[in-house]
Amino acid sequence: MSAPTGRGSRPDPGPERATTPVPAPPRPTALAWRRRRAALAAFARSYARHRAGLVGLAVLLAISVLALAAPLFVDEAGLSITRAPGDPYEPPSWRHPLGTDNFGRSVLDLVVWGARVSLTVGFLATFVSVALGTVIGITAGHFASSGGLAGRAVSTVLMRITDWFLVLPTLVLAVALAAVLPRGVGTIVLAIGLTVWPPTARLVRAQTLAVEARPYVERARALGGGHAHVMVWHVLPNVTPVVLAQTTLLVATSIIAESTLSFLGMGDPATVSWGGVLEAARNAGAISAGIWWYMIPPGLAIAVVALSFTLCGRAVESVLNPRLREAR
Amino acid sequence: MTSTPTTTGDPAAQGPPDASPARDRAGPGRAWRVLVYVSGRLLTAAVSLVAVVVAGFFLFRVLPGDPVRAMTEGREVTAEQREELRRQFGLDQSLWQQFLDYCAGLARFDLGTSFQYREPVADLILERLGPTVLLAGTGTVVAALLGLFLGTRAGWRPGGRADRVHTAVALFLWSVPTFWLGLLLIVVLASGRGFVPGLFPTGGMVSPGVSGALDTVLDTAWHMVLPVATMVAVIYAQYLMIMRSSLMDEKGADYLTTARAKGLRDGLVRRRHAVPNALLPTVTLVFLNLGQVVSGVILVETVFSWPGLGQLFYSGLRVPDLGLVQGLFVVFAASVILMNLLADLVYPLLDPRVRP
Repeated sequence: MSAPTGRGSRPDPGPERATTPVPAPPRPTALAWRRRRAALAAFARSYARHRAGLVGLAVLLAISVLALAAPLFVDEAGLSITRAPGDPYEPPSWRHPLGTDNFGRSVLDLVVWGARVSLTVGFLATFVSVALGTVIGITAGHFASSGGLAGRAVSTVLMRITDWFLVLPTLVLAVALAAVLPRGVGTIVLAIGLTVWPPTARLVRAQTLAVEARPYVERARALGGGHAHVMVWHVLPNVTPVVLAQTTLLVATSIIAESTLSFLGMGDPATVSWGGVLEAARNAGAISAGIWWYMIPPGLAIAVVALSFTLCGRAVESVLNPRLREAR
Repeated sequence: MTSTPTTTGDPAAQGPPDASPARDRAGPGRAWRVLVYVSGRLLTAAVSLVAVVVAGFFLFRVLPGDPVRAMTEGREVTAEQREELRRQFGLDQSLWQQFLDYCAGLARFDLGTSFQYREPVADLILERLGPTVLLAGTGTVVAALLGLFLGTRAGWRPGGRADRVHTAVALFLWSVPTFWLGLLLIVVLASGRGFVPGLFPTGGMVSPGVSGALDTVLDTAWHMVLPVATMVAVIYAQYLMIMRSSLMDEKGADYLTTARAKGLRDGLVRRRHAVPNALLPTVTLVFLNLGQVVSGVILVETVFSWPGLGQLFYSGLRVPDLGLVQGLFVVFAASVILMNLLADLVYPLLDPRVRP
């Protein structure tokens, strides 16, 4: 949670600033780091005031640890259809706390193992869409205010494309993409990533416009900073906080989207994911047979993870946006 | 802007006293601006539609890999069947020839032929349109009303008990996958297993053997309860959050202080002054969210075997039936774009602040 707030993404002030003779003892780098640490601490302090955000964070940490450590206590061989450890449709027992599926696999093992794929797809799809949204948003925002007539044209075209994608039914587009690309986890990541970016782009563009109106950007331009320099060194670091909140919210969307695509049969049958387990449960007739232990745990897992990400995202959002903070 | 919150009269009635300088020029200038606004919106919508048509074509043709192979992957298909499929989609012709044929077909509302049903896609869509409009329309209206009502409650006292409860419930329901909620409702309320008897049908739109106008309507309504409940549960959260934040934006406005200073009761200030203004930005967002309604309706129809477009889409994906999926893609996207155009054109009539 704390890492992306700026450490890696902030530029080192670089040698040209170090050459300026500064008589005061703290070097600019040290000063910048001290400020960053203070900002981070302030961020952590205000985040800690959000009880819902803390609960979400705790749940996410627990689930992430569980997913990472899954190979330690789940035997992967037991997840294959042919070497299932139990009998079909065993109700919950000490041996299989959540019962077994139609092949005799332990549902608990499936859900724990499914967390790995679902979370991975959620994070990767979010990464794709946030990267896309940030690049498009910053470009559109930057050239809307500078870059002359051609720049404004680029900006308008980019925003038109964004609006087009924003209006289209996300699921239909994602399903269409997943249907024409070869089956696999990569396809799911791409299908989600390429369809959920528009809100990020709009948000980043608005933030870019606000940042570019500030005097220090004008100063950077006056000193000869080109488009790339301004966008990467001045706009990007200031857009990062907004992107961070959006990212957290997007992971929830992506995980739900992954389960939906898997449920519609677009997933990779060879991997175990929460949506895939639900699809298998429905195809096996677990709904009409009332096999609740096969159907409820994966869905509940999706809901809990999505809710936790949403709670974290809202907490981050309200820490960063004072107008929301007072209204919490 | 003005101290009266409900300035939703017709454009001509807009009084000159509070008109901003840019709006003083009535008459031909204003007509010109309206014309520019409307034609701009029409042009945007037209470009979007063309983009949908082009995307609908190239998405299913040009992406890496052979669409026919992607469609038939993991299935028993002979080489002849593959050739047949290829010929059916005109894949043996040049790309431009295919594109021209496709556009010419669209102009005649010909969306191609379904591989699975052996019927024109346009006929299939027209057949299934009614149930989907019924389900999606009811779901959207109920969700919007519920969301706006609860959002008003939540946003009027941010941080209060009502706010915390409504926001928490809405966020939880929003986090639940639509299809899973539908399945859960079927198991609990329809399957007749466990403690609850089967209160509602597990799927379909009308029971077999029901006749008579009134009986059909009642039976359809009975079949609609669970699908609509599922749709509403998942989409109302957005309306709630939008209304809540929109009302919170209005809360600091001066006209509310004036209304309170006049001695109006809290409920009146909310209903007559704050809510009408807060509703306005929400309207656009309701339309912007229609894409999500389409996504929701696809899942709900799939789960409840509702005989509409969503189920058709799902059946097209299962076979897979490329022509059908492509036709539905174009229809879904085009209808959302047209609804947004409608919103853009109607909105200035509702909100004088954005009038051209």
